[in-house]
Formats: sequence, C-alpha cells, structure tokens
Amino acid sequence: MTRSSERTRTEGGVGHSPVRPDGALKVKGEFAYSSDLWADEMLWGATLRSPHPFARIKLIGVGGALRIPGVHAVLTQADVPGRNRYGLEHADQPILAEDIVRYQGEPVAIVAADHPETARRAVAAIEVEYQVFEPVTDMDHALRPDATVLHPDNETGNCVRHVRVRTGDPEPTAPVVVTGEYSVGMQDQAFLGPESGLAVPAADGGIDLYVATQWLHVDQKQVAEALRLPQEKVRLTLAGVGGAFGAREDLSMQVHACMLAMHTGKPVKMVYGREESFFGHVHRHPARLRYEHGATEAGDLVYVRARIVLDGGAYASSTTAVVANAATLGVGPYEVESVHMDAYGVYTNNPPCGAMRGFGAVQACFAYESQMDLLAEKLGMDPVELRLRNAVREGSRMPTGQVIDSAAPVEQLLKLVRDKPMPPPAADDLREMPGGVSNTTHGEGVVRGVGYGVGIKNVGFSEGFDDYSTARVRLEVVAGEAVVSVHTAAAEVGQGLVTLQAQIARTELGVAQVTVLPADTNIGSAGSSSASRQSYVTGGAVRAACEKVRAEVLELAESPDARLEDGKIVNDDVVVADLVELLGDKVVEHTVEWRHRPTGPLDSHGQGNAHVQYAFAAHRAVIDVDVELGLVRVVELACAQDVGKAMNPQAVEGQIQGGSAQGLGLAVMEEIQVVDGKVRNPSFTDYLIPTILDMPPMPLDVLELADPHAPYGLRGVGEPPTISSTPAIVAAIRAATGKALTRVPVRPEHITETEETT
Amino acid sequence: MDFLRPTTLAEALEAKAANPRAVPIAGGTDVMVELNFDVRRPDALLDLGGVAELAEWEVDDDMVRLGAGVPYNRIITELGAKLPGLAMASRTVGSPQIRNRGTVGGNLGAASPAGDAHPPLLACAAEVEVASSTRGTRRIPAGGFFIGPKRSVLEPDELIVAARVPIASGPQQFAKVGTRNAMVIAVCSFGLALNAGKRSVGTGIGSAGPTPLRAPEAEAFAETEIDGLWDTREPLPDSMVRRFGELVSEAANPIDDVRGTAAYRRHALGVLARRTLAWAWADYRTGSWST
Ligand SMILES: Cc1cc2nc3c(=O)[nH]c(=O)nc-3n(C[C@H](O)[C@H](O)[C@H](O)COP(=O)(O)OP(=O)(O)OC[C@H]3O[C@@H](n4cnc5c(N)ncnc54)[C@H](O)[C@@H]3O)c2cc1C
Repeated sequence: MTRSSERTRTEGGVGHSPVRPDGALKVKGEFAYSSDLWADEMLWGATLRSPHPFARIKLIGVGGALRIPGVHAVLTQADVPGRNRYGLEHADQPILAEDIVRYQGEPVAIVAADHPETARRAVAAIEVEYQVFEPVTDMDHALRPDATVLHPDNETGNCVRHVRVRTGDPEPTAPVVVTGEYSVGMQDQAFLGPESGLAVPAADGGIDLYVATQWLHVDQKQVAEALRLPQEKVRLTLAGVGGAFGAREDLSMQVHACMLAMHTGKPVKMVYGREESFFGHVHRHPARLRYEHGATEAGDLVYVRARIVLDGGAYASSTTAVVANAATLGVGPYEVESVHMDAYGVYTNNPPCGAMRGFGAVQACFAYESQMDLLAEKLGMDPVELRLRNAVREGSRMPTGQVIDSAAPVEQLLKLVRDKPMPPPAADDLREMPGGVSNTTHGEGVVRGVGYGVGIKNVGFSEGFDDYSTARVRLEVVAGEAVVSVHTAAAEVGQGLVTLQAQIARTELGVAQVTVLPADTNIGSAGSSSASRQSYVTGGAVRAACEKVRAEVLELAESPDARLEDGKIVNDDVVVADLVELLGDKVVEHTVEWRHRPTGPLDSHGQGNAHVQYAFAAHRAVIDVDVELGLVRVVELACAQDVGKAMNPQAVEGQIQGGSAQGLGLAVMEEIQVVDGKVRNPSFTDYLIPTILDMPPMPLDVLELADPHAPYGLRGVGEPPTISSTPAIVAAIRAATGKALTRVPVRPEHITETEETT
Repeated sequence: MDFLRPTTLAEALEAKAANPRAVPIAGGTDVMVELNFDVRRPDALLDLGGVAELAEWEVDDDMVRLGAGVPYNRIITELGAKLPGLAMASRTVGSPQIRNRGTVGGNLGAASPAGDAHPPLLACAAEVEVASSTRGTRRIPAGGFFIGPKRSVLEPDELIVAARVPIASGPQQFAKVGTRNAMVIAVCSFGLALNAGKRSVGTGIGSAGPTPLRAPEAEAFAETEIDGLWDTREPLPDSMVRRFGELVSEAANPIDDVRGTAAYRRHALGVLARRTLAWAWADYRTGSWST
C-alpha cells in the first residue's frame, strides 16, 4: 500500500496551499454570490414580518397589497401547500405564521412583484391586526412553572432540552471552593452575504432552487415537505455563499421563494437586506452559567457543579445539540473526578437561536475558564500552572465516561502560547492605543494585561447521528489529458472546501487537472458545512471514492501495488504505464457514501460515547486597556492548535485567524441587544464586528498530531479558535483592571462601573 | 423618483426652492443608507455633486470658507494646519471610503448629535452659511444651527453652502469614544479649541444630548483660570484640569441607548475634556501646535 507521506508529494495536493479557484474573483468583487442570481422575467419576493415578539394574528388583509400594479402574489399560511412546519431537530416553526407569532421578525406573509421596490410597498400595504401579549423574555423565568407556555405541544413546557451529566461522588466536598455566575450576550454570525436565492418553477411541476445554504439536502427535505412535492422534484443547487458560521443551517427564504415561484409560474428571487438579515436567521444562544469548582490545596480539581441555561428563543432550531455540547464539554479540557452538570435550553419570545461556530462550547468555555482563573487566584497559583495540572491528555476520561482516544495535547498547547515572547510595549502611534485613531489617549490610563484560555470542541455530529457524506469521483482522458472531476453536495461557505476536494483528488490519483463540480442535490447528501466536519467527512468521502477509482485503474494496469503519480502508474520507482494511454476512452467513476465511526446516545446521567473526535486550541491574549475610559485594544493573540494534519496550511491559518476574530468580537463588542423581545441594533452601524484595527497580529503554532481514526489524521479546525479566544481576552482585561467582568461582551461601562441608568 | 443635477449653485438653489421636498445628496453616505433601509422615499433627489462652488475652500480674512461639498479626506490633507480640530475630527470619520465621499455639509444636513464635524465647529465658533434663491444668504453660528436630534434651522428652500471656520490661533483637539478602534459612530466625543489671540477657550460635545452642545460654564471657568497663564505658559494646575472635566461632564445631557449609558457618557466626557485640555495646553506651551 502507498503511505500517505509519499502521496503528499503531489503538487497542489494534500498538505499544500494551492490558490483557491474562487480567491481572485472574490478579491476583485467578481464572484457571483447568491444575491447576484438572475433569471429572465423573474419576480422579486419580499416578506412581511411580525413587529411583535408575542401576539395573536386576528386578521390579515391582503386586498390592498394585491391591488398594487406589478404585484403578482400575496401568500399567507393558508397557501402553504404541504406541512406548515420546519426545524432542524424539532419541526416546531411555521413556514408562515398561523394564529400566533412568537418572535419579532417572524414571517407572516410573502409577496412577489415585478420590482423589489413594488414588493416592499406591497408588504407595507398588507394589513394585519394583532392582539399583543406580554412576551416571555427572561430565560430563567421561562423555566418557572407559572410561566406562559409558548409551545403547548411541548411536553416539557418551555424547556426544549435538559441534559444532565453525573459522574463520581454525588455530594463531593473540597477544601478550596470558588463559585461564579457568568453570562454571555447574543452574538450574530454577521456573515457578509445576506440570505438570498432564486426559485425557478420547472416543467415537471417541480422546482429548481439556487440558494446559499450550508446543507442542501436538509433544505431539500424541508422544502419538499412544505411544498408537498416528492423530494426528487425539489432540486437544489448551491449558489455563491457569502459566509455562514451556522446562520444558514435553518431555512430562511427557501420555501417562501419556491411558494411564490410555483404560485406565479415565474422565477422568484429573494434577497434580504442587512436589517432583515438580522431577523432572518438564528443567533448564538445567550447563556447564564453558574459554576462551583472544588479543588485541593495543591490545585487538583475535585469536582465541578454547574447549571447552564441557554436561551433558544422562539423556536428550537439546533438548541438540543447546543445543550448537549454545553453539558458534555462544559467542564472544559480538564480531568475532574466528580461532575454534577445541568444544562437547559429554553423557549422564550426572544429571537430564535441556533447554530453558530463553536455552539454550546463557546458559552461554557467563557465560564469554566473564568472559574479556572478565579481558582488560581484563590490558590495563589499561576493560572497556566493550574491548567497544566488538570489538563486532559490522550486516555483521559471525559465527564460522560468517554475516553479521549487520540491526541489531546492541552499541556503542550498551553506551554506553546505561554512561552511565546511578549510583544513590545505600544509604539507612539494612535493605531496602537486603545481607542485607536479616535484619539482618546496618548498613553494616559493605559494598562497592559495578559490572559489565557484553552477550550475543547467536538468535531462532527454526535449522539448517534448517522453522519455521512457522498462523493462521486470520475477519471477520464479529455483532449489528451487525464482529468478528474469530483462531485459532492458539500457547501463551500468560504472555508476552502472546493480547494481541498481537488487537493485530495490530486494526492490520491496523481492527476493535476481536477474539477470540482457545482454542489447540488443530483448526488447524495454531504451533511452540513458545520461542526468543523466537512474536511473530515466529505474529505473522507472524496478520498474513499478516489481509492476505489485508483484500485480500478491499478487493476487495469495489472499492478495492484503501484502508485499513481504525475499521470503515471509507478511501481517501485519504475513507471509501469502512462495513465492517458492506459485509460484510452475508458471512464472510471465511483460514488461512495462515507461515514465516520459511529457515536452513541447519552444516557440519563449524560454517560455515553457521544462524540467522534475532540479538538483543542489555546490562546494567550495580551491587551492594553484604558482603565479610565474602559476601551480595549488587543495587542496580540497567540494561538496554538492541534489540527491533526494541516490539509491546506494557508486555509488552516485562515480558520484560526477568523475564528479567533469572532471570539474577540464576542469578548469586547459583538452583541445583539434585545429588550422586551425586540432587537435594538439590527444594523452594522450598531452591531459592531472587529475591523483590521481591532484584530491584532497572531503568532500561531499548528500541531499535526494525527488522529488515527480520521482521514489523513486530520482534526476539525474551524471552531476551536472561536472558543478559547474570548476567555483569554477577558482574562487579560481582568488582569489589567482588577474587575470581575462576568459578562461578555465586556463593555466600557463594565470596566468603568458606569452601568447604572440615570 | 426624480434625480435633479444642477451644475451651479444658483441652479441648485432654484431647484430646491421649486422642489422644497427634494432631498439634497452630497457624498450620499447618509442619504443612501436611509434609502437602502427604507427610512425615506423622497420624490426627488437633488444631486449637489456637480456644483463646483460647493466643492472648494478658500481663505477669507481670518476664516476658511469651507464649501459644503468638500470631502473629509481633503480636509485632512489640505487643512490640517489651518483647521486642526476639524481635521482631527475628519480623521475619525468612518473608513477611507466614507472619508472620500462624506462632507461637512452632509454632516450638518443630517444634524445628528453624533456628527463628528460638529464639536470642532462649535469649539471654534464657526458659522454655517446657508442660502435660498429668494431670501439670499444667512450665517448661523454653529451653536444655533441644531435644534433637536436630526433637526436644524435650515428651511426647506435652503441649502448649506459653506462652513465659515476661523483659522486656528491656538491648539485644538478632538477625541471620540467608540467601542471599536475604527469605523465607529461616537458614543461621545469632545472638541476643544484654545484661541491664544482672543484668549478664549471653546468646547463642543458630541453624542451626549439631543444636539451637539457647548459647555459654556467649562469655557468660562477655563478662560478665568488660564487668564494669567497665556503669557507665562505655566503648567495648568491638576485641580483646574479636573474641574474643567467636571464642568464638561455636567454640561452634557446624555441618554442611555444601544451605544452606551448616560452615566458612561458623562464619565467619559470628563476624561476626554481633561486629556484634551492637557494635550492642548502642552502644545501651547511648546508652541508645537503652530507648525
Ligand atoms: C459606514 C459609515 C460610517 C460613518 N461614520 C461616520 C463617523 O464616524 N462620523 C460621522 O460623523 N458620520 C459618519 N457617517 C455618516 C456620514 O458619513 C456623515 O454624516 C457625512 O458627513 C455625510 O456627508 P455626505 O456628504 O455623505 O452627506 P449625504 O448623505 O449626501 O447627506 C446627508 C444629509 O445632509 C443633507 N445635505 C447634504 N448636503 C447638503 C447641503 N449642501 N445643503 C443642505 N442639506 C444637505 C442631505 O439631504 C442629507 O439629509 C458614516 C456613514 C457610514 C455609511
């Protein structure tokens, strides 16, 4: 058999960083995103949304809207052809609201018109009479027995899911105890390309939908059910995706555009604006977390008791998985004998929350890492020493009973970031001051702080989910050259998956020319581009399909032990045959459905081998804070991460930098402010994301400790850096200011203690 | 929607008088956002981009007459020495793209309490020159221009023609608090102008009241305290600088909103006032402001 070290020699193969096919187009603004879709004679769709977080719809009057010239259709829930319900885990969300609206922004009616402006006017002309109710907006109140139940069908009231994890001593005690309460605000994925797509009615009574999404097949299934069409009549093609980060896992405009297209018989395009986008997708769950850590005087963790409440908002979306992650990963990458953990996901009338990079693990990590710092302080111990002392390693048992059966280099990651040289003091340049070019300090009040964070994340889908991907690989000779095409339904969302699929084919088949076909539903599911899983699962499927193609080629060459290299069949460094000559007119094609090893469910004590792989990253943050104004500048963010195998080193760095930036955003600025169920800042004017002046240099250490269970030994990369950068930055701010800072994002008011309203 | 494209100021004023509801558009960095967000649907847009008279600045005595359509990037590169406060404020506006398009005329037209041009205009006692085709030109002190959030004394038939800004005769400063290190609307901001010739102190507060504000008591206090020091150039006593900060803080009239609490704004303004006074006075003592 060929060994992978030999195979990586192929130029542009695995381990290289070939130029992305979409790179230059994106940089030059020429890439076609889903919002650029166009069809002749197409109509424009628009959505009427509820202004109230909780109300009964008494009446919808569409007459005025229909009379506007240019309006082709105004549809409501009565027009949903099939099942008026969807949802990733619980189908609890209406395509269009029936009698009750449960969040501000819930779709109530849809319009198609010959111009987007006309469509918007028609939306404004729809009359809806609401009976407004007092919304349930506090997640703890929602769990109380006397709270208004928002989904009467749900057997557990407003609790979507409760996961308990119990291990070790049920009533543990320890000589040193620290407790803390923490909260996490609602973060937005803030992708740059708003929800958009084009639905084209087909002659066979079906529909072709071009859309920016993360998982074509889960959309296909839900759209087909809502339209009452057989699945094969709902054909989806991935359109250019302008970022995702979890926000495209749930449906947005998919069914609406299809309904309008089928009703009018014309192509219908829908594009949300930035403001509508804030209402058009789920967000990161806000959380309240209460932790108690017990330790010995020497600093060994004895027990953790924790209660985590996650606000899922009006509909379940991915809440059940988010709760499971928070519960199973909520102790962090530490060995703890006794764990008593309860994690709850709840319904409220706040905006629905679901998938976002690192979900469940992000919220928990802010709390457990804050606790580790608190404990270190109480013990008079160095915070890194305390972490090293308790760090998990390969062979450690998680609180779920699952044994970590591949590299878990937490100790090494922490030491790498700790031992990095410190950045120099700020230069005499406004851009290096907290407050930046806004000229708020020339050094006055500026204090430096250093903080650490380390986190753990599961890769792939957990708890027994049948997590697979499908790949078709075809090898043939075209115009005298061997050419490979790779077809999957996996969504390129900016992470570089298209590039990676071609790299794998080059490495496995020794062919330079690889085309990755557009992702669509003409092939089986690839699963979602989420949970840091696509390189693992779709990468695994592409490799497996390539292996079958290779085996057939080698059989043809009658050299089953040979390699494919540079278009040749090579055996023991001797060229046995030329691929082009060998193939002639023959096409070799294989389709493979590939699964990672199975996971299992959690029992009533949260015990089980629920996760397929664990991934780790550590950060050291160095910050300057103006303690008088409460303004922060992150000076440097060092990160060390184990990626198993850097399949594309440049893409790996991009993931670490981008993930860390998202964590930085959560630490110091990004929050959807919701008051009484209403979003107060649905725009990029007031929902701030980091700019280049906020993002510091990032010294990186990328470890490649192969996971023997994973293709190429790779470990999912995308999420871990988002998880640990937030607590590291907050720890650094605490170190500089001496403030407790139990909530993220940290605002200047928290540092200057000017939160009180006047 | 009509799109009116006058090429002279006279044409523009006539067009505005004939269509008082036409919305002027200069750089468009506020107008286009409002259109995009469906905040307004004007019947007509009056594009001022082709009006040469608005696009230039000139020195008129001890003033710079700054055409309403001069973008921030030109103020930064061309007027840093003559109008240092306004140039500093211009540097903090948005991003390079916004500074290439955005204008002081547009900032005044939008009349947001958070507009970054306003504190320096208040601090150096600038005037806003407005004109109508029928009633001619009037000059309004910057302090009297704003009457409420996004409201000014501009009449529907008028256009903003220029800002008349005294050439600096002393150090000026501008500082703005935002929760990100660039591209941010002010949580609060402060402009300060020391006028060594007139021996006066000017202030401007942004984003901490229904309109941009001056801090008259802080100005009077500073003028009294500094009175004997203009010639000696002695350091300002710490207690004086602190008191100045308190008076600026007290002059503000902030609210709680998505960008920050009222309490934070008051607190931060005190800090900014102290720091900017210290910087300006240090520049005055060394004479480094005039280079
Ligand atoms: C991304 C972004 C960042 C921004 N950052 C900042 C910032 O940091 N600080 C800040 O202060 N502002 C900021 N703004 C707001 C805006 O850029 C400024 O207010 C700018 O000064 C507006 O100038 P403009 O020429 O683009 O105005 P326009 O958008 O053309 O006009 C603004 C208003 O003024 C009126 N108007 C324009 N010219 C005249 C005239 N001659 N006579 C009468 N009325 C007139 C218009 O009708 C309109 O009501 C930002 C905007 C964006 C989009």
